[in-house]
Amino acid sequence: MAEQYLPVLVTFVVVGGLVGAFVGLGRLLGPRNLTKVKAEPFECGNPPSGSAWGRFSVKFYMTAILFIVFDVEVVFLYPWAVMFRRLGWYGFAEMMVFVAILGLALLYVWRKGALEWD
Amino acid sequence: MNPLLFGILALLMIASALGVVLLHSPVRSALSLVMTLFLLAVTFLFLDAYLVAALQVVVYAGAIMVLFLFVIMLLNLQADPQGMAKVGVRFAAVLLASLFLLAAVRFFVAPAALGSGTGMGGTPPAGFGSVEAVAERLFTHSLFAFEVTSVLLLVAIIGAVVLAKRKLV
Amino acid sequence: MWIEVLIALIKASAIVGMIVGLAGMLGWVERKGSALIQDRIGANRASIFGFAGAGLINTMMADPLKFFTKEDIVPARVDRLLHTLAPCVAMFPVLATFAVIPFGDVLQVGERSINLQVAPLNIGILYVLAMAGLAVYGVVLAGWASNDRLSLLGGIRGSAQMISYEVGMGLSIVAMVMTYGTLDLQAMVRAQGHLIGGWLPAWGVLYQPLAFLIFLCAGIAESKRVPFDLPEGESELVSGYFTEYSGIKYLMFFMTDFIEIAVIAGLITTMFFGGWQVPYLMRDGFHFPGGAAVLLPQVIVAVLQIGSFMVKVFFFCWFQIMIRWTLPRLRYDTLMRLGWKGLLPAALLNILATAVIALAVQG
Repeated sequence: MAEQYLPVLVTFVVVGGLVGAFVGLGRLLGPRNLTKVKAEPFECGNPPSGSAWGRFSVKFYMTAILFIVFDVEVVFLYPWAVMFRRLGWYGFAEMMVFVAILGLALLYVWRKGALEWD
Repeated sequence: MNPLLFGILALLMIASALGVVLLHSPVRSALSLVMTLFLLAVTFLFLDAYLVAALQVVVYAGAIMVLFLFVIMLLNLQADPQGMAKVGVRFAAVLLASLFLLAAVRFFVAPAALGSGTGMGGTPPAGFGSVEAVAERLFTHSLFAFEVTSVLLLVAIIGAVVLAKRKLV
Repeated sequence: MWIEVLIALIKASAIVGMIVGLAGMLGWVERKGSALIQDRIGANRASIFGFAGAGLINTMMADPLKFFTKEDIVPARVDRLLHTLAPCVAMFPVLATFAVIPFGDVLQVGERSINLQVAPLNIGILYVLAMAGLAVYGVVLAGWASNDRLSLLGGIRGSAQMISYEVGMGLSIVAMVMTYGTLDLQAMVRAQGHLIGGWLPAWGVLYQPLAFLIFLCAGIAESKRVPFDLPEGESELVSGYFTEYSGIKYLMFFMTDFIEIAVIAGLITTMFFGGWQVPYLMRDGFHFPGGAAVLLPQVIVAVLQIGSFMVKVFFFCWFQIMIRWTLPRLRYDTLMRLGWKGLLPAALLNILATAVIALAVQG
């Protein structure tokens, strides 16, 4: 059954070749006139105001963690979705316990305000 | 399974795994790890575990590594200027790695000696590793583990929220 | 085995070529369409000896040539490998997604029946989800590799947005998987050939209208188009995460935008609107509900099916472009709120309702 994946490999090779051709062609055809001004980061014409990093918000970290948890939930939902008719009401109950516990997690995050101002 | 294909795959995986450890820039390290996980998913394909291969890419390479990259970028982790570790640490590392390699070789040469009765030969039953087969086992035999997973995820979320929302004194 | 590789190669090259061409054409539709909506003329200068070819000269020749021949400015103190890698990593998964989208039924060539789908995976939907997950890396790498705070901010915000809507997208697709009981996209399209009550084509949108809306919303947010294009922020962050890119790399990001429109359109067509199905067209011809039948040779049927697929995909691409020029942009916190507090619970409730109804009907 792994022969099914041969066309995927072929697709990867074709797409990779196309992408590589784009980059290679750009390298061939473009001029090369790198001056100091061109190499500075673009801040709408202002001189670059240093690379002071500042404090990045922890909300992005929260979003990534939430994404992992709900991605795992989605990933467990797929096998159930394919088989749910055969698993009947019993399987439905099992899955609903799972979803309910993760729904509890969503509710907790919601109430704690971790979904705000992102 | 074709030995040549497996050989290429194994070499690529070893190369990217070495890249994780040896590259200087943390972002490049993380990208090497993504490559390793992707190749691991391809290995699962060769082992007829189709669902697990797809889930490996979706969850591990697609979600967890994104978190890694976020953290690296948000903390602005730069390449470690220190260079290689002290002599004692290096010696211990080489020793431990050699012991691990010896154990691995022993396992593959004489698996029965280490107590794994089933061995690694033979062909899997038809439909092995397909979505239906995995779903069948997951919701009947491994039900408890499945439900406990959700509790584990709930605990992880609560922990993350508590850590993130802590007022820094 | 080599003949299969050759067939796959032909199919993959045809699809990739078609999609890249479609992306170019969509650029023209965007320019002229937005001009029509905004009551102006739009781009009309590019022509060869007065022949403008209805925009083909502009987008297919002038634009790519311009981008190819511009200088590739790489800012100082960046990781050059990552800077070059980011547009490649951005473009690769979206093009690779097309490998599982079926564009026709089987085609009989000699004694070989060729499935008009590049890769007939029986976990097709999970492959789509995997590629959607990998698409996040292009954005976040582009932001990082630019050594520019504003680009990094655009990149992180863009990837945070993408992952937020990926959950909604995954959940809405679960409902579709429940309806058809399979992850294989070709099987889903074939199942949409049935007729409800003898005359209504059983397209997915009739079974799952809420899932369609959620998927449409999540899909547009994934491709970071207006009304969700704050990471690109044309009036705010210059170009957001791809500010520091020029020449061919900028073109690659731009094309990724249009190719993602095509991918979302392709997925909507496949799951909700019957894919390559033409109503009442079976493998040997038309079979109308009244009993009348028009028999057609197999090649004509295949051509009709591919044509139907292309018309539907083009319609949804056009639809997304219309949405872009009609709706205002969402603010970032509104955007994230919609994703987590709106689409996620709605999709979960949809799954619950679908399960209850399906099990009640069955047992």
